[in-house]
Amino acid sequence: MTNVLEVENLSVSFDGHLAVDNVNLKVEEGDLLGLIGPNGSGKTTLFRAILGLQAHSGKVKLFGYEGSDLRTLIPLIGYVPQRVSFEPNFPATVYDIVSMGIISEKKIVKGAKLIQQCGCCWNMVYKNIKNKDDKITQALKTVGLESLRNRRIGNLSGGELRRVFIARCLVKDPLLLILDEPATSVDVESSYKFYEAIKRVNEEYKVTIMWSSHDLEAVSKYATKLACINKKLFYHGDTKKFFSDKDLLKTYSESQMQLHMREHNTD
Amino acid sequence: MVLEALTYGFVQKAIISGIAVAIICSFMGTFLVLRRYALFGDGIAHVAFGGIAVGLFLGVFPFWSAFAVCIGGALGLQKLRHSTKISGDAAVAVVLVSGLALGVILVSTSGGFSVDLFSFLFGSILLISNDETLMILGISAAIIATLVVLRKPFFQLTFDEEQARLAGLPVTLLNYAFVVLASITVVTSMRLVGILLISALIVLPNITAMMFGKGFKKTLGISMLISVSSVISGILLSYYYNIAPSGTIVVVAVVILIGVLLAKSAGLISRIEMRKHSQLSHD
Repeated sequence: MTNVLEVENLSVSFDGHLAVDNVNLKVEEGDLLGLIGPNGSGKTTLFRAILGLQAHSGKVKLFGYEGSDLRTLIPLIGYVPQRVSFEPNFPATVYDIVSMGIISEKKIVKGAKLIQQCGCCWNMVYKNIKNKDDKITQALKTVGLESLRNRRIGNLSGGELRRVFIARCLVKDPLLLILDEPATSVDVESSYKFYEAIKRVNEEYKVTIMWSSHDLEAVSKYATKLACINKKLFYHGDTKKFFSDKDLLKTYSESQMQLHMREHNTD
Repeated sequence: MVLEALTYGFVQKAIISGIAVAIICSFMGTFLVLRRYALFGDGIAHVAFGGIAVGLFLGVFPFWSAFAVCIGGALGLQKLRHSTKISGDAAVAVVLVSGLALGVILVSTSGGFSVDLFSFLFGSILLISNDETLMILGISAAIIATLVVLRKPFFQLTFDEEQARLAGLPVTLLNYAFVVLASITVVTSMRLVGILLISALIVLPNITAMMFGKGFKKTLGISMLISVSSVISGILLSYYYNIAPSGTIVVVAVVILIGVLLAKSAGLISRIEMRKHSQLSHD
C-alpha cells in the first residue's frame, strides 16, 4: 500500500511550548483516518504544519516527495479549516466559492506526472468531467447543496457553509482531503448525513481523508484508521482495536481530564 | 439643457475622465472594502498630499511625485503590517500622519498654500486639461486591464488568504501588487474628488451595491453603475448650480446609499428578490 502522507518527527512550538511533540504518522491510500484528541492537543496545528502553513521541525512527505515537489502537490490537497471568518455581507454565491477550488490544468498535469513517477494512482473524484460548470454542479450534488447554488454565502447555516467548503475541495479532485472538525456547529441529525457524505467520498471515489473530531461515536463508526494525539501521538492504528481496548480508552479519557484540569488551574 | 452642457469641451473632458475614475474606484474599492482596507484609500490619499507637496517644492509635475511617494507609502504600510505587530488600522494611521506631516512641512517652507494645492485637496475636474484627460484614461485602462487579469487571485485572496496560499498563489507578491494598484487608483482619482473625498468613491458605491444581495460579478456591476451615475449627475448638477463638483458627486452617492437603505428597510429590495424567486420556482 502506498503512503499518501508521511510525517516524521514533526514538532511545533509556540514561544518555547511544544504544541506538537515529535509526531510520526503515516496515512495510506484510501484511509479514512480519524484524528482525536482533547481541545488544545495540537490537531489543528498538526494539520497546518502538514500543509506548510505553520513553521515546524521534522519532515512531511506527500507520496514520498519533499521540497519543491511537495510544494507542487500541496495545492492538490483539499483542506477545510475549523473556522473561516469573512465579511457577513460578502458578495459571493455558493457557486462563486466552489469555483475557487478549481485548479489550473497546468498544475494538475504537473501533479499527475509526480504521482505517476512514484507508481501511484490519483483517484480523481470527477475524472470524467472536464467542464468547470459540470464539475461544480457535481460537487454540489455530492454534498447535497445543488439547490443553493445561487444563494449568498452570508445566508447559509454553519452546516451548509462547511459543505460548501467541502465542495470547494472536491472540485480540485483532491489527492488528500483534510477536514478539521467538520461537524462543529452542525446538529446531530445533519452531522450524520454529513459523515455519510464523507464516507461516500472515501468509499466511492477512494479519496484519502484525514478528519479531526471530538465525536468519538462518529469516529468509531466511520473512521477506518485512528490517530490519537495529545501533543504526542499516543495511538495510531486500527479504529476497532482502539475502541475495544479498555486500557487505551481509559488513557485517552485520563489525558483529556488532565488537560482539562491544567486549563482549569491556569485560569 | 443637458445637451447644451455636453457641447462644452471642459464638461466632456470632465465626464469622460470622471467615468474612467468612477470605474477604477469601484473596481478597486470592491476588494478594498471586502479586505477591510476601506481606510487605506484615505491613508494613501493623505500620503498623496505629501507627494504633491514634494512635487510643488521640487518643481516636478505633482502627479508624478504623488505616484512615487504613494507607492512608497503603500509598500511601507504593507511591510509595517506584516513584519510588526501594529494592527491594520493603526498602521494606516502611522502612514497617514507621516504623509500629511511631510506635506505640511514642505508647504510651509515653500511659502504656504497655493491654488494648485487646493485643487488637489478638493478636486478640480472641470479644470482638467487635454493631457490630463489622456493620462487619466491611459492609467485607468491599465488598472482595469490588470484587475481583469488578476480578478480571480484577488477574489480568492480577499475571501480567504490562507486558502489562496494553499492553492499555490504567490500571496505576498499579490498583496504588494494589490497595494500598489490601490495607490495608483487613488492618485489617478485625485483630480476628480480631491484627496479629502477619495474614500467616498471607494466605499460608498460598494457598500450600496452589496445591499442588493447578489454574487460577486453582479455586485461589481451594480457598484460601477452607481459610481458612474453619481459622477455624471454630480458633474452636471455642479455645472448648472455652480457648486463644487467633488462635493456634489459625493452627495449624490450618499443619497443613492440612503435611498437603497430606505428601500431595503421598507422591504422593497427583498420583495423584488422574493418575487423573482417565486417566479423561478413556478417556471
